[in-house]
Amino acid sequence: MKNTGEKKKLSSTQVNASGMTTRELSCTLREIVADGSERIEIHNTCGQRYIGTGLGAVQLDIYGIPGNDLGAFMDGAEITVHGNAQDGCGNTMNAGKIIIHGNAGDILGLSARGGKVFVKGNVGYRTGIHMKEYYEQKPVMVIGGTAQDFFGEYMAGGILVLLGLNLQEGERQKANFIGTGMHGGIIYVRGKVEAFQLGKELGTADLNEEDYDVLRKIINEFASYFGDDAQEILKCQFTKLYPLYLRPYGKLYAY
Amino acid sequence: MKTYLPPKFIIERDQYRCTQCQACVSQCSFDANYYDAGDDEVRSREENCVGCHRCVVFCPTNAITVRENPSSYRRNESWTHEAIEDIIKQSETGGMLLTGMGTDKGYPIFWDHLLLNASQVTNPSIDPLREPMELTTYLGQKPDMVKLTPDSMDIETEITNQIKLDIPIMLTAMSYGAISLNTQKSLARAATEAGTLWNTGEGGLHPSLRKYANNMVAQVASGRFGVHSEYLNMARVVEIKIGQGAKPGIGGHLPGEKVSLDVSATRMIPQGTDALSPAPQHDIYSIEDLSQLIYALKEATNYTKPISVKIAAVHNSAAIASGMVRAGADIIVLDGLRGSTGATPKIIRDNVGIPIELALAAVDERLRKEGIRNKASVVVAGGIRNSGDVTKAIALGADAVYIGTAALVALGCHVCQQCHTGKCAWGICTTNVGLTKRINPNIGTRRLTNLLNSWSLEIKDMLGGMGINAIESLRGNRLHLRGVGLSDTELKILGVRAAGS
Repeated sequence: MKNTGEKKKLSSTQVNASGMTTRELSCTLREIVADGSERIEIHNTCGQRYIGTGLGAVQLDIYGIPGNDLGAFMDGAEITVHGNAQDGCGNTMNAGKIIIHGNAGDILGLSARGGKVFVKGNVGYRTGIHMKEYYEQKPVMVIGGTAQDFFGEYMAGGILVLLGLNLQEGERQKANFIGTGMHGGIIYVRGKVEAFQLGKELGTADLNEEDYDVLRKIINEFASYFGDDAQEILKCQFTKLYPLYLRPYGKLYAY
Repeated sequence: MKTYLPPKFIIERDQYRCTQCQACVSQCSFDANYYDAGDDEVRSREENCVGCHRCVVFCPTNAITVRENPSSYRRNESWTHEAIEDIIKQSETGGMLLTGMGTDKGYPIFWDHLLLNASQVTNPSIDPLREPMELTTYLGQKPDMVKLTPDSMDIETEITNQIKLDIPIMLTAMSYGAISLNTQKSLARAATEAGTLWNTGEGGLHPSLRKYANNMVAQVASGRFGVHSEYLNMARVVEIKIGQGAKPGIGGHLPGEKVSLDVSATRMIPQGTDALSPAPQHDIYSIEDLSQLIYALKEATNYTKPISVKIAAVHNSAAIASGMVRAGADIIVLDGLRGSTGATPKIIRDNVGIPIELALAAVDERLRKEGIRNKASVVVAGGIRNSGDVTKAIALGADAVYIGTAALVALGCHVCQQCHTGKCAWGICTTNVGLTKRINPNIGTRRLTNLLNSWSLEIKDMLGGMGINAIESLRGNRLHLRGVGLSDTELKILGVRAAGS
């Protein structure tokens, strides 16, 4: 088909999730997607789980508070949450995008293998735990605010960016045990992070030009969603955290 | 450092029979046989021998005998050979001792203390040679009651997904990476031919095995390796692995050197990195969380697949199993103390968990008492050695069993417990390209289908002898079991009467 350069208009549907159970909402969404809708607005969302799971490449705009496991096993959907998200968001995600205009709970992006997650606010514990990568599949998660402990625990691939935009001048990041057990991937932290906050398997380095190229693209995308000034964000000092060993536990065993 | 370890085995070569053909040299992957060109003689490095018998089987003149090193320490009931040698190994390495297979300790095997019944005079036995015998088994949640339409006798009750097995024996979780692709292919093909299921283990699905996906259990474990929407939707059953009998409570580390290009493609991780499965699933810290993952997987598969949950048999299995069923599991799998593995710390393998017989009896009893036994099928694994064990397990309350070691023995495994070294001379538990060729999937499939066929015939014979013509009628029928040499407490837990009573 000839590309006319016009932006294709997506067929859009609205859903009122008020009073719906998780199953009712997911069945409704499946039906809407099967009917050919490419964009769905979900209003009055209140704790329904697994939104975006098993839907394929569809755009979802969620108003209210989605429940746990938002986008679990997600494979190509693009979700915008106009509010906060809860635990397990992006669990074992393979592809797609989640943009959260608020905070997110624990284990954000657990075991994700691909896709992107952008959080405007803060996140809970164990963000990006056991995130991995595989060839072009390289998950990226950016946290605008702060994270709790074990950020990037057991990380095996992908890129985590922790901005701490809501920290005071000179205030250090909140998370401790950052990257404990990390054996792949890269973490970029903006602002101050002390050595005692890092897992013992991590090395620290200043960013080189290649890092800045990668980071600039990521921050530009982040800023475009939340109306921040990318240049302003990038002005601050960043630290690159990388795994010292591919095999952190290789010497535990006699044979 | 000079090792203080004596050779574990002595390799005796009958010089009259030996033709110096060097078959033993090429077959040994542990470098225990070598050819001395100067003396034109095949010799042995006995300190390397693991007792796998590959050379014994492949010696064309039967010249080789491998036996345990007869030289003994001063007799001591407390300081056994093993206790002494484990300390020597640790003092020379400073690491945890790793091992493979299931525990070799002498914990009681309750199958050997349970006896089956047979019909005599008062009800006739059935001859399976001439009368139909039914081993068909359906796994999955069963309804509380079945309602029929009075006129047409159609079933009105909605029946959730049922998995039909032609035999109540499935091939257990063994991942590609732990075992070779040819081994997994043999298992997948045999399961397909025999009308049962095989299990990917936590290694994802190799593209060449996709055609066997209809008989596949797709495992989802703490590492989530190779888990994606397509993988889940191809499978027949999705299994959440919480624990394993050979290593309850701990995770798994597939060492980076085993993560070859091909293994990396299946697990979807970079080549050469360790595949680390954390001890817990980090989205499951409670029964409620388990339920959340069960339903996440149901959502990801649009409620078309039964979800199985596998745990290691531990002290409070019965209470946990009740929670698992209430969390929405359609199948629960119990893996006992004697369950096997490709690698585990020896101290965990030999000291943690409980025998599968006791766990099964306790779980079945608990679910019955709570009135929820129909809500999930119960599958047991860990130490099923023959069709007698299978039949007793079903009488004790299992819907089906998983076999692992038995299947590998059918393929050539001699249970030498060196799986963790990656040097398996039988080509089973290795990703070394030269060694993996030792398993031919055509022959492997035949050996496995032969095994499953012989067990089926034997089970039918035992059923017939009891006057039963369908395995369904034996399920949980503990009156067909009697115990010998068991204490009152053990009989009570097993829910069986003493032989003679």
